Amino acid sequence: MVLWLLILIPMLAAPLAWIGQQWSRHAARWIAVGALAIDLCLALLLWSQDRSAQPSGHGSWLFESQTSWIPRWGISLHLGLDGLSLVLILLTAFLGLVAIVASWTEIQRQVGFFHYNILLALGGVIGVFLAIDLFLFFFFWEVMLVPMYLLIAVWGHTHRRYASFKFFLFTQSGSLLLLVAIITLAFLHQHATGKLSFDYADVMGLTLNKEMAWWLMLAFFIGFVVKLPAPPFHTWLPDTYTEAPTGASIILAGLLAKTGAYGLLRFTVPMFPEVISDFAPIAMGLGAMGILYGAVLACAQTDIKRLVAYSSLSHMGFILLGVFSGTELALQGAVMQLVAHGLSTGALFMLVGALYERFQTRDMRQMGGLWGVIPRGASMALFFACASLGLPGLGNFIGEFLVLFGSYSAQPFVTILASIGMVMAAIYSLAMMQRTFFGRQHETRLAPDLSNVAFGTLLLIAVLQVWFGLYPRPVLSTTKPAMEALVQPALPLPNLTHPLSESLPLSNLFTSHVSTP
Amino acid sequence: MILQDFIALAPMLDLGAFCIITMLAIAFKRHHATIAVFAFMSCLLTMATLPWAATATPRTVTALLVVDGYALLYMGLVLSATMIVIGLSYRYLKIHFREQEGIEEYYLLLLLATFGGLVLTVSAHFVSFFLGLELLGLSLCSLIGYVRTRRHPMEAAVKYLLLSISASAFLLFGMALLYFESGSMTFRGVGMVVKQVQTVPGLWLGGVVLVFVGVALKLGLAPFHMWIPDVYQGAPAPITAYIATVSKGALVALLLRFVTDVGALELPSLVHLFGLLAVASMVTGNVLALFQQNVKRLLAYSSIAHVGYLLVALLAGGAVAAEAVTFYVIVYCAMTLGAFGVVTVYSREGGDAERFEDYRGLFWTRPWLAAILALSLLSLAGIPVTAGFIGKFYAIAAGVDAGLWWLVSALIGNSIIGLYYYLRLIVTLFGEEPAPATLPQGQAAQATQTAGWTTVCSLGLVASIILMVGVYPEPLMELIRDSVRNLLMVAVQRP
Repeated sequence: MVLWLLILIPMLAAPLAWIGQQWSRHAARWIAVGALAIDLCLALLLWSQDRSAQPSGHGSWLFESQTSWIPRWGISLHLGLDGLSLVLILLTAFLGLVAIVASWTEIQRQVGFFHYNILLALGGVIGVFLAIDLFLFFFFWEVMLVPMYLLIAVWGHTHRRYASFKFFLFTQSGSLLLLVAIITLAFLHQHATGKLSFDYADVMGLTLNKEMAWWLMLAFFIGFVVKLPAPPFHTWLPDTYTEAPTGASIILAGLLAKTGAYGLLRFTVPMFPEVISDFAPIAMGLGAMGILYGAVLACAQTDIKRLVAYSSLSHMGFILLGVFSGTELALQGAVMQLVAHGLSTGALFMLVGALYERFQTRDMRQMGGLWGVIPRGASMALFFACASLGLPGLGNFIGEFLVLFGSYSAQPFVTILASIGMVMAAIYSLAMMQRTFFGRQHETRLAPDLSNVAFGTLLLIAVLQVWFGLYPRPVLSTTKPAMEALVQPALPLPNLTHPLSESLPLSNLFTSHVSTP
Repeated sequence: MILQDFIALAPMLDLGAFCIITMLAIAFKRHHATIAVFAFMSCLLTMATLPWAATATPRTVTALLVVDGYALLYMGLVLSATMIVIGLSYRYLKIHFREQEGIEEYYLLLLLATFGGLVLTVSAHFVSFFLGLELLGLSLCSLIGYVRTRRHPMEAAVKYLLLSISASAFLLFGMALLYFESGSMTFRGVGMVVKQVQTVPGLWLGGVVLVFVGVALKLGLAPFHMWIPDVYQGAPAPITAYIATVSKGALVALLLRFVTDVGALELPSLVHLFGLLAVASMVTGNVLALFQQNVKRLLAYSSIAHVGYLLVALLAGGAVAAEAVTFYVIVYCAMTLGAFGVVTVYSREGGDAERFEDYRGLFWTRPWLAAILALSLLSLAGIPVTAGFIGKFYAIAAGVDAGLWWLVSALIGNSIIGLYYYLRLIVTLFGEEPAPATLPQGQAAQATQTAGWTTVCSLGLVASIILMVGVYPEPLMELIRDSVRNLLMVAVQRP
C-alpha cells in the first residue's frame, strides 16, 4: 500500500493543484511542493527501514504489492521496491521539488495547469520505478509522456512546437517497439506454460531461443535507449532540452533519461542473458560514442542551454557504458552516475533558466563578465560546472570513475576512448564558465541575483554532491544487492583479465580514494 | 415461429414498432423536444429488451437471422451510439433550424437507420444483409443532406448516394457469383463449398472478393475510401458521428460474421489480399491526414486508418481476433463520438467548426470541451489511460499472437505517423487564443454556443467511458469474451 501511496500522492495532488489556481497564484505551487515533500519523506522512511534481508531485486523485494487488474491477459497491479528503485524514487521526489522551485518565478501563465502536468509526470516516473508487471510498467512509461509533452508545447521557448513533436514522436516510436516486445514475451510465456503473464518474475524465467532473444533484446534496448538517449537515437534531445521550460528540462534530463537507464538495468540486461554478452560490446561502443559525440558538440555550442543538453548526452554515455560492462563495480558506478548526474544537470538547468529569465538570451556570445552582476549564481555555476566535469570529491567523479574502472576489464579500448570524454568535459565546462561569467562584460546590465529560495536549493544540491562525492556508501550499499544480482547470472565476462577488480570489496576502494581529495 | 423466436427478436420488433409509432406521432403533432425524447426512449427501451433476448440465444430465427450474444452486444453498441447521437443532435438542430421547419423527421430517419444497423448485426443471409444495408444507407442519405440550407450537405448526400449504389452493385454481383457456386444464400451455406472441394472455385473467390469490396466501400477501406472525407466534411456533425460509429459498427459486426462463417481466413490468398488492403488503408489514411487543415477531414482520414488497424486484428483469426475487433470497434465508437461530439457542440449557425483556427486556444476558453477533444484524440492515437490504448494493445496482441509481423510493424509505423497529426490538433487546442478583436463583428456571439444538458450528458458519458475502459478494461473484456464465445459456438455447430 505504501508503494501505491508513493504514486498516488502526486497523481491525486495534480488535479488539486489545478483547482488551487483559483484560490491564489501560489496555491498550486505549494500544493505541488507539499505533495512531493510528503513523497520524499515517505521514501526516506522506506530507506530507513531495515534492509538486512538484502533483497536481491529479482524475485525478492523490499516491499511488494500485488492486486489483480486484467486477469484476462494475466496482468496485475504488481509493484515492487528494491534498492535501485528506492534510490531513484528519492531522486525523483527531490528533483521534482527542484523543478518546482526553478519554475517558481518563470511560470506566470496557467500556473495550476503547469503544476498539474509536473505532478502527473512525476507520478508516472515513480510508477515506472516501481512497476514490475511489464504491462503496468509500460502503462506508467506512457503516462509520463503526455504531461511532459504539454509542458514543452505550452510553456516552452520559441520552437516549442517543433521540439515537443520531436520529443513525443521519438519516444513514442521507441515505446511502441517496447510494447510489441512485451506482448511477444507474454505470448511466449503462454506458449511455454499455457498461461498468459506479464509478470516480471514469470517472464524472467523464460528460456528463449537465441534468435528470438536477440530480437526482443534489441527491441527492449532501443525502447530504453531512445529515452536515455545514446546515438543514433539522440536527435530529439538537444531540441527538446533546449526548448523546454526550466522545470521541464530538469525533469527531462534528471529523471526521464533515468527511466531509460532504469529500464536497461531492470529489464534488458537481466532478461536476455543468452545474448547480452554478445551485444555488450556494441552497447558499450554506443555509450562511448555518445560520450565523445556529446562532448564534441557541447564544445561547439553558443547556446548555453544547448551546451548543457549536449553535456548531458555525453554524461549519459557513461551510464550506458557501465550498464553493459557486466562488472559490479561499473554497474554501481552507473547508478551513482544516475544520481549524481541528475543532481548536477538539474542544478545547471536551473542556473541556465535563471540566466535566461534575467537576460532574455541563452546566447553565450552576448554574455560575459556576469560574475560581478550575479555573484551567487556565478559561484554556483562554477561549482556545478566542476561537478559536471568530474572533479574528485563530487558525486559525478565517483560515478564516472567507477564506470571507467569497472569497464576497463571488459572492454579496455572502448573505456580508454570514453575516458577522453572526461577531458573534453573539462574543456566545455570551463569554456562555458569563461564565456558566461568571466571576461569582459558585454554591456553593463543589472539584474537581481538569485533569490534566497533558489540559492538555498542550489546550495542543498551542492551539499548532496559533496556528500556523495566524499561518502557514497549510503547510495552504493542500497543498490548493491540489486547490482550483485545483475552480475551473477547474466554476464559471464568475455575475458576476465583482472579478477582482482571484481573481488575487491567496494568499501576498501572508497576508503582508499576518498582520502585523496 | 415459436415464442422463443419472438423473444430472441424482441429488440428488433421493439424498435420496428417504435419507428412506426414515432412516425405516427410526428404526423399527429410536431414538437421537437417531444419527438427527440420519444426517439431516445425508443432506443432505451430497445436496449432494455436486450437482456431478455439474451435468455433465448443463441438462436437461428428463420434462415435469415441469427441472434446470439455477439449480435446482442453489437446491438447494444449501435443503440447506445444512437442515443448519444440523439443527445448531441437536439441542440444542434435547434441552432440550425427555426421552429416550424419540420425537423422531427430527422429522428425518425435516425431510428430507421438504426433499425437497419440492427438487422445487419443479426443477418446470416444475403437477403437480410442487403435489406439491412439498404435501410441504413438510404436513411443516411437523407440524413446527410438534412441541413438543406447549406451547400455541403447536399453535395455530400449525393456522393453518399452514388457510393451506396456502387456498393450495392458490387455486393449484388458478388452475391450472385456466390449463389452460382454454392446454391445457397446463407453465409454458412456459401462457406460449405470450400470445405467440400479440393481447389477453391475461381468464381467463388471472386464472389467473396466482390462482397468484401462492397463492405469495404461502406467501411471506407483504401482504396475505396474516396467518399469518406467529402461526406464526413459535408454531413452535419452529429450525422458524421453517426456514420463513423453506428454505420461502421454494424458493418464490422456483419463483416466479422461473414468472414467467420464463410471461412475466408482459411484461404491464404484472401488473407494476403486483405492484408494488403489493411496496409494500404493505414498508410493512405494516415499520410493524407497529415496535410489536413480541416478537423472533420482529418478525423475522416484517421477513420480510414483505423479501419486498417481493425483489419489487422481481424486477419489474426481465431478467438483473440474476434475479441480484438469487437473491443476495437467499441472503443473506436466511444472516441469518435467524443471527437465529433465536441465538433458538434462547438459548431455555430453558419456551419460546423471545422478549421484548425476555430480550435486555437480552446483549452483556455472552454477547458472541458477541449479536454474531451484532447482525450478523444489521445485515445485515437492510442496513448495509455485512454480506451484507445487498450484497443491498440488488443490489435497488436492479436497480430503478434498470429505472427503477422509485417502487419504489426505496419500498424506501429502508422501509429507513429498518426500521432503527428493528432498532436498537431492537440497543440492547437493549447495554443495562444486569438485576440477577440480579430474576430469579425457578430461572430463572437455565435461562437459561444453553450452546451445544453443533453450534450453535456452525452459527452460526459463518452469521456468517462474512454477513461474507465482505459484504466479498468476487465469488465468490458469479459463481456466481449462471453459474447464472442457465442459467435464461435454458432460457427462450430455448422452441420
